[in-house]
Amino acid sequence: MATILTYAEVREGKVRRPSLEAVSTARRLADSLGATVQSVLIGSGVAPLAAEVGSYGADRVHVFDDASLSAYATETWARALAQVIAQEKPAAVLVPYTAMGKDLAPRLAARAGAGLASDVVHLEVKDGRLEARRPVYAGKALATVRWEGEPQMATLRPNVFPLGTADASRKVETVKGAADLGTPRARVVSVQAGGAGKIELTEAQIIVSGGRGLKGPENFHLVEELATALGAAVGASRAVVDAGWVDHQYQVGQTGKTVSPTLYVAAGISGAIQHLAGMSSSKVIVAINKDADAPIFKVADYGVVGDVFEVLPKLTAAASALRSGRS
Amino acid sequence: MKIVVCVKQVPDTEARIRIAPDGKSIAEGELSWIVSPYDEFAIEEALRIKEKKGGEVVLVSVGPDRAQSSLRTGLAMGADSALHLKDPLFDAADPLGTATALAAAIRPLAPDLVLAGQQGVGGDHSQVPGLLAEKLDLPQVTMAVKIEIGEGKATVEREVEGAHEVWETSLPAVLSAQKGLNEPRYASLKGIMAAKKKTIETRDAAALGLKAEDLAPRTKTVALELPPARPAVRMITGDADAQVKELLRLLHEEAKVL
Repeated sequence: MATILTYAEVREGKVRRPSLEAVSTARRLADSLGATVQSVLIGSGVAPLAAEVGSYGADRVHVFDDASLSAYATETWARALAQVIAQEKPAAVLVPYTAMGKDLAPRLAARAGAGLASDVVHLEVKDGRLEARRPVYAGKALATVRWEGEPQMATLRPNVFPLGTADASRKVETVKGAADLGTPRARVVSVQAGGAGKIELTEAQIIVSGGRGLKGPENFHLVEELATALGAAVGASRAVVDAGWVDHQYQVGQTGKTVSPTLYVAAGISGAIQHLAGMSSSKVIVAINKDADAPIFKVADYGVVGDVFEVLPKLTAAASALRSGRS
Repeated sequence: MKIVVCVKQVPDTEARIRIAPDGKSIAEGELSWIVSPYDEFAIEEALRIKEKKGGEVVLVSVGPDRAQSSLRTGLAMGADSALHLKDPLFDAADPLGTATALAAAIRPLAPDLVLAGQQGVGGDHSQVPGLLAEKLDLPQVTMAVKIEIGEGKATVEREVEGAHEVWETSLPAVLSAQKGLNEPRYASLKGIMAAKKKTIETRDAAALGLKAEDLAPRTKTVALELPPARPAVRMITGDADAQVKELLRLLHEEAKVL
């Protein structure tokens, strides 16, 4: 029976949501192929997480659980996954397109001699093979990709593939992975946590981004306050990043992050083509800009022509009231 | 130390993309081409390391004839020499094939460090550094925002979801550059003049000892389309209070995203 394999990433003792999206996707594809789903867990103290991975659809979970695996190392992880691939000969391998997945998947693909499609946003079965769609040119175009040979390997963009319903009664078989994974030449020596409670842009359900219309870094708090009120991540246009108002890790667009949240609010962003490329796959887009002819309104669902200095504080107050009224 | 930098030529990030008549590639007609912005960070970093530690910077690019102009840009910034890998087999390669060609060219150079951008803008695969590291059997640290070279090792900082990691790797290694690593310099007039005298050597697949089967793509783009147009915008009118009230109502009741 054919197998679809997924990598289940663990951070701070939890299976991360993009990995559960990958298991859910593997289950959906496996059901139409008549295949089984297997997953791989790697880390220290990760064995108890197999049940959760199973509840989203994995039939078998390979567990590499050892104190020496407390910090991610590319070579070690690639070796573990390559072992499972050699053993199970999966038809497909799905890895979340997170910072870790982005680092790991190419190394693994080269080791397994597999074709890899990155940052996939759509995956389906056609004539018993997989067919993927992925944005290229930061979303200015969409490529349809097929594989030669197996495994067909893909990294999946977070927030795009639906999460299945967890079923705790599903049976899952666990298999212990081989112990000797060697010593990596590159390894993490220290980790500093980012701002407490900071929401990662690429995984956020709601993003509020600010641009030149804010006029200066001293006004960027208006964007941050709306984000807080909405439980959103903060983004920025390239113009304000290049001007040094905010750090580059907030940049949305072609040389920054490509995002697909449920709601994207663009405040004071005119909509340069390289910004639009990075956010136009968002489900709902709100644009607030004083220039009614700004290109951002061409991709927006809801447009507010107005002064960000007037609209943002009012929106923040009203959004806070709406959310506190509900809780 | 000897530093190799992988350089990809890509369409200008401001360019509008049109689909070619084959329905699988982009129309190149009116495009202007640039060094992939992430590769500029890699070139800049290599030059800074060379300025501190001494050594040489060698650029390597896989691409058609036009890729020469991007190598020339890197030479004008200050790189010492360049290798242009050019073959119809490379034009049809997927990232694995590209990494195979790069590895074959880089291996005999025995570099102390290989740098590349974390992603070639356009194809957006973000694969070549990791593929190349495995092909060369070297350690890798990707998406670097800070690099410090020590004795036979490097300390590299990278950003992941909600955290900042510090990595240590033995050298030689493959490191990929993320935005934030540095601010690339512009080529000076003197640099541009000097670049004209520097050599760009060309290698085809045969010169690298590669056959068609070594480069056979494992992934293929079977169609390329423009993204579906988004529905027309609904403009919300009135004064700011009315706009805010109506916007929240629509997001809550119609779009159901709040």
